[in-house]
Amino acid sequence: MAHLAHLARMAVSDEELDTFAGQLDVILSAVARVAEVAAADIPPTSHAVAMTNVFRPDEVRPSLPREDVLACAPAVEDDKFRVPRILAEEA
Amino acid sequence: MSDLIGLTAAETAEKVASGEVSAVEVAQAHLDRIAAVDGKLNAFLHVDTDGALEAAKAVDAHRASGDQLGPLAGVPLAMKDVVVTKGLPTTSGSKILQGWIPPYDATISKRVKDAGIVMLGKTNMDEFAMGSSTENSAYGPTANPWDLSKIPGGSSGGSSAAVAGFEAPLSIGTDTGGSIRQPAAVTGIVGHKPTYGAVSRYGLIAFSSSLDQAGPFGRTVLDAALLHEVIAGHDRCDSTSIPQPVAPVVAAAREGARGDLSGVRVGVVRELQGEGYQAGVLASFEAAVAKLRELGAQVVEVSCPHFEYALPAYYLIAPSECSSNLARFDSVRYGMRVGDDGVNSLEEVMSLTREAGFGPEVKRRIIIGTYALSSGYYDAYYGQAQKVRTLIVRDFTAAFDQADVLVSPTSPFVAFGLGERVDDPMAMYINDLCTLPASLAGTPAISVPCGLSDGLPVGLQIMAPALADDRCYRVAAAFEAATDRLVPPAEVLA
Amino acid sequence: MTTLSYEDVVARYEPVFGLETHVELGTRSKMFCGCSTEFGAEPNTQTCPVCLGLPGALPVVNEVAIESTIKIGLALNCSIATWCRFARKNYFYPDMPKNFQTSQYDEPLCFDGYLDVEVEGKSYRVGIERVHMEEDTGKNTHVGTSGRIHGAEYSLVDFNRAGIPLIEIVTKPVPGAGALAPEVARAYVTELRDILRTLGVSDVRMEQGSLRCDVNTSLNRPGEEWGTRTETKNVNSLRSVERAVRSEIIRQAGLLDAGERILQETRHFSETTGDTRPGRSKEEATDYRYFPEPDLVPVAPDPEWVEKIRAGLPELPAARRARLRDSLGVSDDDMVQMSNAGVVDLVGATVEAGAPVGEARNWWLGYLAQQANSREVEASDLGISPAQVARLIALVADGTLSAGLAKQVVDGVLETGHDVDAVIAERGLQRVSDTGALEQAADEAIAANPDVADKVRGGKLPAVGALVGAVMKATRGQADAAAVKEILLRKLGVSE
Repeated sequence: MAHLAHLARMAVSDEELDTFAGQLDVILSAVARVAEVAAADIPPTSHAVAMTNVFRPDEVRPSLPREDVLACAPAVEDDKFRVPRILAEEA
Repeated sequence: MSDLIGLTAAETAEKVASGEVSAVEVAQAHLDRIAAVDGKLNAFLHVDTDGALEAAKAVDAHRASGDQLGPLAGVPLAMKDVVVTKGLPTTSGSKILQGWIPPYDATISKRVKDAGIVMLGKTNMDEFAMGSSTENSAYGPTANPWDLSKIPGGSSGGSSAAVAGFEAPLSIGTDTGGSIRQPAAVTGIVGHKPTYGAVSRYGLIAFSSSLDQAGPFGRTVLDAALLHEVIAGHDRCDSTSIPQPVAPVVAAAREGARGDLSGVRVGVVRELQGEGYQAGVLASFEAAVAKLRELGAQVVEVSCPHFEYALPAYYLIAPSECSSNLARFDSVRYGMRVGDDGVNSLEEVMSLTREAGFGPEVKRRIIIGTYALSSGYYDAYYGQAQKVRTLIVRDFTAAFDQADVLVSPTSPFVAFGLGERVDDPMAMYINDLCTLPASLAGTPAISVPCGLSDGLPVGLQIMAPALADDRCYRVAAAFEAATDRLVPPAEVLA
Repeated sequence: MTTLSYEDVVARYEPVFGLETHVELGTRSKMFCGCSTEFGAEPNTQTCPVCLGLPGALPVVNEVAIESTIKIGLALNCSIATWCRFARKNYFYPDMPKNFQTSQYDEPLCFDGYLDVEVEGKSYRVGIERVHMEEDTGKNTHVGTSGRIHGAEYSLVDFNRAGIPLIEIVTKPVPGAGALAPEVARAYVTELRDILRTLGVSDVRMEQGSLRCDVNTSLNRPGEEWGTRTETKNVNSLRSVERAVRSEIIRQAGLLDAGERILQETRHFSETTGDTRPGRSKEEATDYRYFPEPDLVPVAPDPEWVEKIRAGLPELPAARRARLRDSLGVSDDDMVQMSNAGVVDLVGATVEAGAPVGEARNWWLGYLAQQANSREVEASDLGISPAQVARLIALVADGTLSAGLAKQVVDGVLETGHDVDAVIAERGLQRVSDTGALEQAADEAIAANPDVADKVRGGKLPAVGALVGAVMKATRGQADAAAVKEILLRKLGVSE
């Protein structure tokens, strides 16, 4: 549970962890039923509509005005988004 | 109650076009209604009084200058807060987006504005559209206009309550697993989930991308059809948008209203009734099927054996996709930031922000989805769920060989009490039992009122093959024409 | 641990390497939105709802990016998928707007190809595992005393680069290169870069980060199974590719000699020290939770389209080299020399621009190669084009420039970035061919040195050299010495 919360970058209190753990068990045992019917020869459906090759031409379109881009940011400096110090190096 | 708010959208548009009333008068009447009753309903998260009056003025000016008005020009509309609206607060019912003013418009926002429809404001919803009762909103629950102690359905509960409560003749909802149809059913109005890809998703804050679909609410089938034609149609900004003409849903609604269903084959889905359904719901449903037969339809029973797996499949696919879609709420570019004290690292600030910004249901689903996608579990969960989807599509294909439309109750229950199920996720999830198959298959389905049980509305779900949305409207309109319109007791909001 | 000699190590161990190369495509707009890809714009001015990951925004694939990727796949002898999908690679990082990268997972657009490279006259086949599409991230600047991520107080993010189309080219493991493994790795990246430029799909400016390599290296004793590999990131120049493989071979050999195990880990290459150090990877193994991107539909290139793209491919560097070898009549030895210096295509292009082969070869292997070496860049990145070199050669041939002047012109071109003619004009480097001026200078030299003039008149022809020197001095070296001599002799009434 703690590992999942970490993967999802979400702090979770101990109390919540307990509640979730119990509920997850119930939910996962219910949803595990999918295994009953999904045989190996059945292809998965990832998209409800069978379309392929939807492309756009390589044309430059106007970008957003920078003031709009930065207007909603929690913190800005030098026209960039300011974030607290980063621990991990890039993946 | 002003006469103007009791009109259908079609009637309103006609009166505005003829000059009998001005769009400003219509907008003002609805704004007054909202001011009078929304304290009880809490259907709106944000009312845009100035914007609405301005849009209405523009419609009146167009009319005055002799311009041809669109079929819904001057008609007020309530927009679900999951739809991005430029310059208007958009929260998706979440604290994490409190105060966000989008710098762009969703395609449907643009289409609504271009059609001269007057947007009154943004409606309440379960946070990020996850829920069936609107109780998961970070901004308090919405009440049902039939009984303020009951839920208005969800996740589009603000939109259904606004229309059922005469705050707006039209609204827009989104449906991922039933979030238009179930609220329509439990508030006694019409709601349609279009074919996946019929309405652009550009600017809908994504919950589950392969399932999300926006659609119309109205008090009549024709009203819903008129709005459907405004918002549907190909959009180059959405890769999954279908590049085909919009199904002729308005014509189908008008044809259906003549009340003749002879030659139409209606399939009753054996697996979507019986145990677990309220007796009153089943009684209303059986009466509805009898009515369809009276209208000339040929009723057959069809079997869709894999529909029972729709619920588990859905509760793997939707959380998986949402765990990825909601990763962007990270306190970097917009939205809430918590714990930035100069000491905490970015990783800690992200975690604290997401802890504080998301409600329990959202967290629950993110955790489930993260689990279902994680290495070693993908095949057993997400992979299998995608296969179930194939089986459900096959069930539909076989059933549509025998029937032109399929019918079922929209929800196994009528509106339940606020607070009754919040602590039991599984009890909440089974609300979607009947609506999930069409969501997973991407096929269209409408909910139309079919009577009362214990004084609360019941919905009839009519499902059609992909791209044949017009069939839903035709059958729904015929049924509507043959039944009494449901109106909530006036004293509830008096 | 004492530092081992490379020769000793490769005598006892067999290296296996592999490369993952990321290349920014040169499309006008980004991978999934219409924002410009131009380098160097003001921060956050080339962003929109899509590449900022704003709620509700959706991607749409750039057709030219697909076409470019297919071109690359074909040039690398790959099969082109008849059906493939994008996938989401989920991980949190502040330069990644959606906190997932839209990439490809187990269904790459191009797969199973190869690229042959030549090192010291021997051909090596580098297998290509896959070529897939993805998007670039934004750029972080770390603020604090160190200027690096470690010890920074906070960071600033610019999303202009976010969403620029990236392709990733992954090789199969390459065994069998022995001591030449570093050179083969470098030759592969060099050849790949030349192919990308020839295809016109990327301008491949390594200094702007448009081509970046991750290098996998392992060692095994002869006859044993391949060893555990390390992945070295941050290898951003051709020279570094070679150095990274070499230093990793030596480092791993030291550990193996000491009986230690090689950790499967990510390491970082340092341009300054030339060696690798362990990355600060996260405590737990990253779980990217890949799944098919639901916002994009599958890509299923029509075989006819693929064949049309194949038919339209330009002549690739290897073919061009073979043709040059044949048509130019360059000797095999010369070819190897030119190939090692990475100037075959440059010589060919210079010849195509009108220069004689011998001259072109001499320039690219001579003065230009020296300049590239001293600047630590590839000859092709030197900043002078084959067309300009051809122009230079023509100006020497017609007497406008002397050999010495021509080198000064090259220096000027490299310093200013201006073209040959501009540099000549700006610096006044042209030979004095104005005969009036030369005549006058000759008269002045004769008048100033009557004794010498008399000696010449008296038949002591070599004495004219002093007069020539005087004229050259007066014209600051820009006169043609032979012409000056001729004028002087004529004026003195003698002939050779």
